Amino acid sequence: MEGWILLNPKEKQQPDGNVYRMNSRNAKSFVPPVTGKSQTISLAHGSGGKAMRDLIEDVIVKSFDNPALNMLDDQARFDLKELTSLGDRLAFTTDSYVVDPLFFPGGDIGTLAVNGTVNDLAVGGAEPLYLSCGFILEEGLTVETLRLITGSMKKEADKSHVSIVTGDTKVVHRGAADKLFINTSGIGVIPRGVNIAATRAEPGDMVLINGFIGDHGAAILEARGDLSLKSSIESDCQPLSKMVQAMLDVCPDIHCLRDATRGGIATVLNEFALCSNVCIRLDEKEIPLRDEVRGLCEILGLDPLYLANEGKLLAIVPRESVERVLEAMRLLPEGQYSAVIGEVVEVPEKRVLLKTSFGGERIVDMMVGDQLPRIC
Amino acid sequence: MKYVDEFRDPEQARKWLEKISALAKQVQAGKDRPLHIMEVCGGHTHTIFRYGIKQMLPPEIELVHGPGCPVCVLPMGRVDDCLALAEHPEVILTTFGDAMRVPGSLKSLLQAKAEGADVRMVYSPTDALSIARKHPDKEVVFFALGFETTMPSTALTVLQAEEEGIKNFSLFCNHITIIPTIKAILDSPDLQLDGFLGPGHVSMIIGQHPYLFIADEHKKPLVIAGFEPLDILQSIWMILNQLKEQRHEIENQYGRVVQVEGNHNALEAIEKVFELREFFEWRGLGSIERSGVRVREGYALYDAERKFSIPNLKIADPKSCQCGEVLRGTLKPKDCKVFGTTCTPETPLGALMVSTEGACAAYYSYGRMDSFESKRETTT
Repeated sequence: MEGWILLNPKEKQQPDGNVYRMNSRNAKSFVPPVTGKSQTISLAHGSGGKAMRDLIEDVIVKSFDNPALNMLDDQARFDLKELTSLGDRLAFTTDSYVVDPLFFPGGDIGTLAVNGTVNDLAVGGAEPLYLSCGFILEEGLTVETLRLITGSMKKEADKSHVSIVTGDTKVVHRGAADKLFINTSGIGVIPRGVNIAATRAEPGDMVLINGFIGDHGAAILEARGDLSLKSSIESDCQPLSKMVQAMLDVCPDIHCLRDATRGGIATVLNEFALCSNVCIRLDEKEIPLRDEVRGLCEILGLDPLYLANEGKLLAIVPRESVERVLEAMRLLPEGQYSAVIGEVVEVPEKRVLLKTSFGGERIVDMMVGDQLPRIC
Repeated sequence: MKYVDEFRDPEQARKWLEKISALAKQVQAGKDRPLHIMEVCGGHTHTIFRYGIKQMLPPEIELVHGPGCPVCVLPMGRVDDCLALAEHPEVILTTFGDAMRVPGSLKSLLQAKAEGADVRMVYSPTDALSIARKHPDKEVVFFALGFETTMPSTALTVLQAEEEGIKNFSLFCNHITIIPTIKAILDSPDLQLDGFLGPGHVSMIIGQHPYLFIADEHKKPLVIAGFEPLDILQSIWMILNQLKEQRHEIENQYGRVVQVEGNHNALEAIEKVFELREFFEWRGLGSIERSGVRVREGYALYDAERKFSIPNLKIADPKSCQCGEVLRGTLKPKDCKVFGTTCTPETPLGALMVSTEGACAAYYSYGRMDSFESKRETTT
């Protein structure tokens, strides 16, 4: 059995006529201990035999909180009519998560794996619907760790009303992977009339962000414990699909939208400038940045514009809609600190410029190399 | 943030720039070229580009980016030696992050790490010592880099290792000293510098006296400057003021940190652990007399060059690179033959393109505004 198949808990979208009962009990407390079995993952758990089935049933299926009715199928199936009723295009995306450490203030690899893929769908204007989930487990990982992570995946999936409908588990020798890697792919549907693309930034457009930059990168850096620094910085890992829908409600013609993960806002804005053949001018003093993150950057010589985020998006919207969009964003917790941080101008083409808070101006280039490896 | 924002106030900046503009016009009048002021330190180069100071200054002033980025002036042979150490099966090599990408003749430490060498990034030499404590079966080598700024912490770590009796910790020492290099620049025949911004952090250790020859023998003003943007502006104004009054003195703008005498304890630790080498090779500048230090005989146990046989390679810089001319201030980064074409931050040929404090990398990442500005003028 290559894939483990779980069922779609979204009752309104059940395609095959079967009745699936939602289980609302807390996923973590619902999962019984793996009694009489090893409490750590062994190669047997990836062998395709009984140990693997037990692991899937006892930990993964129960965490994701789906009655496992159809374990023998190798694929999830969707009714096309249901999908086409939501829009006219499918959005499909994939991402792998290898963050180190697995747990950090504000989230863990599971919250990243769900929100990262959900957000990749959301910023295309899509309503996220289904996720797949592939685990690569290192021999020796504790079952409890896996359970905590699948628990947070379920919790985050519920927030965005998405279902984890198919997946796979592999176990590799100790040293062949670092504890746990996750791949998630996602499918969503894009409503008619929405046309978001990195090529659509036009002179006159405004640039928006939904809050403080660099929190995730800073939180991971600190969680690694290499620095003898203590602060209260938490990852900003959060789903953005609800906010994107709210933005599209007030402005269906959003030109560009992208979540700023690795490479930070500098990288995304450079992509917009490059793809649209325009210049993006930022105003440093308008960019929301927490004092703690700024302090950490000062100490370590990092530039917050390149620090990773896991719950921040950049939007380029027509100037006449900017107030409406900003207001819609600020009404939601994930957009509470939204701000207009710049504008699109004609020249110099394919460049991002920053008016520094000191009054000078400089180029914000693409990041070279890695400020930090394995942040998501 | 308190204690930082005061030094980044745009309103203050505007006032200083007005004063600078007025003074620069007077001082430059009658000269056929702009005034050349060299910032010796890479930290200053970074601030200048980070805050866009270069574009704020009047056309009468041109900043020249000096040799004060220790990663940039490291010769390729030393990087290769370090790689040989890193690839030793018993060695854990520890280094500051910006040294990871410096290209050797074949590869960088980052590439060696990808190929299996145990290379770890640390934030201070004491982190390296902690790794040594944790891995008594391995030799932990710290790739010691930097001017007098970082020398004391390296020296104190060696003293700490000695006190604890830790025997599996050593330095691959590439510490360098700034004064002989400024001297070499001043002695170069194509010199066209009118004044210096002195390195604030180095001066915190060595004090003001070592710079006196610049004023006395070479008749050039030097102002020891802090690293915030207003520090830079004020220091530039102080240099202009000296030029106007035809003075050439060592002045200290960074009085909140730099004492006239320097830091006695730090100097003592340096003196105890290190001694001057007769010569040290600088990338782009060649061999400079008494410009580097090595570990003293008495601390041989902590000297990787004594503990391991090191190839001690001499490798010429790529011919196309003009790092030396850029370092001496006779060529602007963008006028180098390979700048932005075969030499970019992604694939650096010359060392100045490697670190964010390197003149070329800073110019490439933050600075390439000149061409845009002329373009903007033609389109608007």
